[in-house]
Amino acid sequence: MPPRRRAHAKAFGRRGPILVLVGLALAAGGCTYPTFGASHGADVQGQEIGKLYSGMFMAGLVVAAIVWGLIAWSVFRYRRKKHDNSIPRQFQEHIPLEITYTILPLVIVIIIFAFTVITENEVDAVSKRPAQTVDVTGYQWGWIFSYQNANGLTLRTQGAVRSFPAAKGYTADVYPQLVLPEGRPTKIVLRSADVVHEFYVHAFNFGRFAQPGVTNVFEFTPVQTGVFPAQCSEYCGLYHSEMLFSVRVVAYPRYESWLRYQEHHLNQIPKHYPLTQR
Amino acid sequence: MTTLVTRPEAVVEPPEEAHGPSGLVKWITSTDHKVIGRSYTITAFLFFLVAGSMAIIIRTQLASPDNTIVSQHVYNELFTMHGSVMLYLFAGPFAFGGLANFIVPLQIGAPDMAFPRLNALSYWLYLSGGIIMLLGFVTTSGAADFGWVAYAPLSNSINTPGAGPDMWIVALVLTGFSAIFTGVNICATVFYLRAPGLTMFRMSIFTWNMLVTAILILIAFPVLTAALVMLWCDRHIGSHIFTVAGGGVPVLWQNLFWFFGHPEVYILALPYFGAVTDVLAVFSRKPVFGYKGMIFATIAIAALSTSVWAHHMFTTGTVLLPFFSIMSYLIAVPTGIKFFNWIGTMWRGSITFNTPMLFAVGFLVVFLFGGVTGIFLASPPVDFAMHDTYFVVAHFHEVLFGTVVFGGFSALTYWYPKYTGRMLNDFLGKISFWLMFIGFWVTFVPQYLLGEAGMPRRIAEYLPNMGWTTLNRVSTAGAYMLFLSVAVMLVNFVEAWRRPIPAGDNPWDAHTLEWATSSPPPHHNFYWIPPIRSERPVWDHYHPEHPVEREHPPRTGGDEVAAARSTARPDSRAQFGSAATARGSVNPEGPSHEPRAAGDPGDDHEGQS
Repeated sequence: MPPRRRAHAKAFGRRGPILVLVGLALAAGGCTYPTFGASHGADVQGQEIGKLYSGMFMAGLVVAAIVWGLIAWSVFRYRRKKHDNSIPRQFQEHIPLEITYTILPLVIVIIIFAFTVITENEVDAVSKRPAQTVDVTGYQWGWIFSYQNANGLTLRTQGAVRSFPAAKGYTADVYPQLVLPEGRPTKIVLRSADVVHEFYVHAFNFGRFAQPGVTNVFEFTPVQTGVFPAQCSEYCGLYHSEMLFSVRVVAYPRYESWLRYQEHHLNQIPKHYPLTQR
Repeated sequence: MTTLVTRPEAVVEPPEEAHGPSGLVKWITSTDHKVIGRSYTITAFLFFLVAGSMAIIIRTQLASPDNTIVSQHVYNELFTMHGSVMLYLFAGPFAFGGLANFIVPLQIGAPDMAFPRLNALSYWLYLSGGIIMLLGFVTTSGAADFGWVAYAPLSNSINTPGAGPDMWIVALVLTGFSAIFTGVNICATVFYLRAPGLTMFRMSIFTWNMLVTAILILIAFPVLTAALVMLWCDRHIGSHIFTVAGGGVPVLWQNLFWFFGHPEVYILALPYFGAVTDVLAVFSRKPVFGYKGMIFATIAIAALSTSVWAHHMFTTGTVLLPFFSIMSYLIAVPTGIKFFNWIGTMWRGSITFNTPMLFAVGFLVVFLFGGVTGIFLASPPVDFAMHDTYFVVAHFHEVLFGTVVFGGFSALTYWYPKYTGRMLNDFLGKISFWLMFIGFWVTFVPQYLLGEAGMPRRIAEYLPNMGWTTLNRVSTAGAYMLFLSVAVMLVNFVEAWRRPIPAGDNPWDAHTLEWATSSPPPHHNFYWIPPIRSERPVWDHYHPEHPVEREHPPRTGGDEVAAARSTARPDSRAQFGSAATARGSVNPEGPSHEPRAAGDPGDDHEGQS
């Protein structure tokens, strides 16, 4: 290998990880970071995921750009000229170069893995004293949200799918709605009454399977009030497309008054009410 | 094992062409690997067209919100069957049934597969399985509609009753057995039927990848078959393996399925990686860069692929996230090695852009992006955000379409002269490539954006106020372009059939043994095999003065080159020079079984065993 090319290979070796690090650092440090169309996250956990995604996307673009560049270079530079029937050098190996491009990806994935584990632990953490616990049950094809209030009563809200005749012509408000307090951690206990569903809230950058036989527990700490559309994202049968719901985040005082109000207006269920199948 | 001494030159008259049956009888009764390979290729391509048409209906339905081109039930059947037909009936069988069957025995200088009758059985199992799967559409329940992954308990007899889903299960068991038999056959063929001199590290990358694929098939498919038997028992004899009510564990299905499902992804990818590697080397007029590194990378990918299945299950909350995350990340390392080797193969080459090369470079470009987004999804937190959205759909279509269709079309156009003895029209091939390359990005980039915007997969309709309409329209337009591209390729096949342009034995100035025999090869493949001194026996024969430059020459000290030089005949080189540049040039001496050295294929194999 001539010295010029060796220098080129070395420069790539030096630059690669640095660019990746810069990408990740940009993502971790900046408050406004590009997510390339994905949600920035309307809750603490979702924001962490948004940052990780943004960092990985930028690192990925850098790596892809380098490799695309190398492909483009070899394709344009080494195309056979007309009437040129010469045979190029038949070289086949360059052990130091090959070792370099084995170690390089290894270093990159280990860095990414480190960031992944840090974010993963933050996202999966569940606090000991959540402000509220909501039992969420997915069924074909809707959701049940059950809140425990201070008096030990379970408040249950439920909604139907669009195709049911009564719901025709209505928009988002016929779907079940999960209400969460802003700025406080809410623990979600997720189950399924029949098949596998996925509780997916795009604004929170989060999805988790609701499966028969498995209880999943996780936490949201919303940082933004508003109504966010959400839906089942794991295919669950005929009306999967219509298994929508929404998440409404309100300020904590409003949440408390909403909960008190529900006590008198929603169907109240004694503590050990058996879940109906379907 | 015979010695490496050159065989004495002797003139062998090619015998009369095989006077066996022809036409339909030949098709049904043949145990010739070339006939079976061709049947596999055609059948798999027909299934590709069927499943592609389903994709067109799916995309048309999604072009507008609340669309009702098909009902939700039909939509669910369509995406289930699109996935099932593409993965079980096209992508795999096209590679290990079609390409491997036809090419591997030729590349290793064998007269046939090791077990020709088992090979025929494989094909008939596959064909009957495929027909049974599609016949599900005419049952009263409709075809299977639980997704190609058939998650329990949606796939039990309560949630999806009827004959259609049962036929899906039976079809998968049949095609699964077909794959297993083919896997056994490829392993045995590669291990036992290599020509004298063709050591393991002189096999082409395609044959190597097919060997590793065959081993992966033997690891993965029996697990699927077992899981399907369990599912059948749940549906029909009241076992409760996957139902909570009877004490079963639904998530077990996901573990079993993905233990098959993830190696399956590499079963689909590795053969095409191999084909593309061969194509890149041939059209760059260079040996494969980092040949051994390439092989070790393939083996590493296969080994890692058996321990990453739960990255499909990050959102189930039942798997150890960091373990499956790091194992998935690690696959990026051997894949990266492959990329740099592919680039190294083209580097300082002398590249011509015939259709196979265009598709191969297209594969590099699109597969790279699919691979990079795969890295994102290997991160559990990112997967929480993207799982089951169109981001995932875009990702796996980019890797699968990238390998199976770009790689497959590269392989098909590369070996088409060997299959048929005719050249394809290069101009039509290039039109087809550019339509596909542009259509590909137009289809799948919007799907990434849709996933980022939160559109879940497998939904038959969406609300108009979600902001997904425009992106879906663009994606649908891209899908139509892809359809057009395949149509142009079909026209190309018809053209080659109606107005044949004869291909010589070796129209691409290629490297491996299949190009040493006539196109199409005679019944027992070879009347003559060049001496095998490297992984490029045909190149060494035609270009004895351009052997591979090795930094550490083999211990034999270069007499291999001398041997190659002494056996090569000047007249054959001259004849080759014209064939190399003029595409579709005809060998003036007709299909060349011009005898150069002694040896009939049967002889060779006795020498081996």
